[in-house]
Amino acid sequence: MKPSRLTLCGNWILERFPLTTLWNEHMAHYYAPKNFNFWYFFGSLALLVLVNQFATGILLTMNYKPDAKLAFDSVEYIMRDVNWGWLVRYMHSTGASAFFIVVYLHMFRGLIYGSFKHPRELIWIFGMLLFVALMAEAFMGYLLPWGQMSYWGAQVIISLFSAIPVVGDELSLWVRGDYVVSDATLNRFFAFHVIAVPLVLVLLVFLHIVALHEVGSNNPDGLDLKKIKQTGRRKSDEEEEEQNLKSNNPDLKIMDSIPFHPYYTVKDLVGVAVFLLFFATVIFFMPEMGGYFLEHANFIPADPMKTPEHIAPVWYFTPFYAILRAIPDKFAGVIGMGGAIVVLFLLPWLDRSKVRSIRYRGGIFKKAVLLFVISFLALGYLGTQPATPTATTFARIFTVIYFGFFLLMPLYTRWEKSKPLPKHLTYQPSLEERLPVLIDAVNEMIVITPVKLEDGTVVNKRKPDARGILNVITRLAIRLKKSLD
Amino acid sequence: MINEGVDKSKRQFLTSALTVVGAVGTGYLAVPFLAQMQPSVKAMAASAPVEVDISKIEPGQLIRVAWRGKPVWILNRTPDVLETLKTLTPQLRDPLSKESSQPVNTTNPERSIKPEIFVAVGLCTHLGCSPTFRPEVSPPDLGENWKGGFFCPCHGSWFDLAGRVYSGVPAPTNLEVPPYRYITDTQLIIGEDNQQEKGA
Repeated sequence: MKPSRLTLCGNWILERFPLTTLWNEHMAHYYAPKNFNFWYFFGSLALLVLVNQFATGILLTMNYKPDAKLAFDSVEYIMRDVNWGWLVRYMHSTGASAFFIVVYLHMFRGLIYGSFKHPRELIWIFGMLLFVALMAEAFMGYLLPWGQMSYWGAQVIISLFSAIPVVGDELSLWVRGDYVVSDATLNRFFAFHVIAVPLVLVLLVFLHIVALHEVGSNNPDGLDLKKIKQTGRRKSDEEEEEQNLKSNNPDLKIMDSIPFHPYYTVKDLVGVAVFLLFFATVIFFMPEMGGYFLEHANFIPADPMKTPEHIAPVWYFTPFYAILRAIPDKFAGVIGMGGAIVVLFLLPWLDRSKVRSIRYRGGIFKKAVLLFVISFLALGYLGTQPATPTATTFARIFTVIYFGFFLLMPLYTRWEKSKPLPKHLTYQPSLEERLPVLIDAVNEMIVITPVKLEDGTVVNKRKPDARGILNVITRLAIRLKKSLD
Repeated sequence: MINEGVDKSKRQFLTSALTVVGAVGTGYLAVPFLAQMQPSVKAMAASAPVEVDISKIEPGQLIRVAWRGKPVWILNRTPDVLETLKTLTPQLRDPLSKESSQPVNTTNPERSIKPEIFVAVGLCTHLGCSPTFRPEVSPPDLGENWKGGFFCPCHGSWFDLAGRVYSGVPAPTNLEVPPYRYITDTQLIIGEDNQQEKGA
């Protein structure tokens, strides 16, 4: 039989480009642990948001004018007069916040499952560089609408450089290109935002994924799985696995990894669908998110003569901003803020625990993570609030906890008693399987009394049962306490 | 000839020499690239002095003018305010303005040429926000100890009505006083020193 035109076309390409090899290496023969859970959606979602930012960003540059006299009006023009301009703009501005939500959750996953530990230190470093580049990208993008918040936010952040001894003032002058934030600053931030930083982001994403696919994905159990090279499974592996499946030993019958495609491509699609549901809801119904995604003061054009009464960065910078404000010294404040990010880079070397996943760590780490999460969220909240003396005191306490979590880590992780690791990946009950227990709990909290109505029918009346509720709460509390040990 | 083998040291030398030449070339190219981001000639030229009429400023009133794109405040201080300033010394970080930036003839406790007229660049020395003018004494939001001054809403720095920074706040130094001089009793020029006067 003569090969079809399509096959010939395909062959023509394959002789010149390793399409199949690439596909197999990174998709069809990339073996990933089979027990990825909810937390593993956020890597692919970050990629999705990146694509969204590129697509909408390119469209926005077609109508935006990077000129101090025209910028504010050109954004209004996009919002009012450009066909579907409001949609593209809101997709871009909401996308910025979504990016940080997704990335913070992605980083948290790495923290609790020990994905930053040996041998994935470099993946973590690339990821942290991505985070820093993302912050630069978001910060420079925020100047472009040239509103009050854009202007004064940029003024404050650029002034951070001036705190550096000796070269500080020269450096901040060099960054601004003028003695104050001005047209020169806007123009260069535009160049960085649309060309320089996106290129860096793409390069880092590439490095992040290449490094990941070299060592393989971590898993919620933090186990070392048999390394399966991406170039397809080795013959010996396949034979061994076949034998294991035939054997009577139940332990050996388990296969720990599955190909990324189609299993995880399909799973991630579900994540994408749920994410888009939330994303679209924000875009269409609450694009400003009550002043958190787009701040109210940014609807007033930049005025170099007057700072808004209350200035705060966009929510994703507020934890770091709260640390800056908490320290009553200019240089130390900047060091604190920068240090809060630098310690994240050092995480692989601060953690001395033998196990990766929080599931098998001692109680001390679990409690430390809990404290860390509370202080991070609290700092985030305090960063949005005015700097009153009480708020500053709290910010100082949480700053100490934030740094304590990282800097004391070499000590408390060394003391911790880890639990024995299982031989194979463990299986967690799904929501469906948990349903009966949930229903039982609900029934326990309700007393049903049959009541006879006047016409003779009997109706079940449901009332909350105080003792039942107490029982359920105590059980939950005991379980919570246990899970922290 | 072929049997003589390869002189590796010559190759090594050539590689090193080429690397050095390349690095020097890159260094030279970096200068125009990086210097491009410095303020342009036009930006440096746009720093002309500003003339201000101060005859209409009521006692206790503050006006703002733009100089080099920065806000400059001119405040007419009442005798009460000047009295309060004297009592604040123990709470200040740099009451005599030794570490702060101002012309020589304003390096005094009032930080001005004429005690009642105070001129300063209205940007916080912490991170460059423009502090708010809060002349009232002990307002509810700032508390008992507030004796009137400038409050930076960004990071909570306190300055008194001579632009002197309180201790225990993020700002490191007093507000900057720009060079200025009196043309007449009611005319100020901001951006020029009165060096001729001093010389006389």
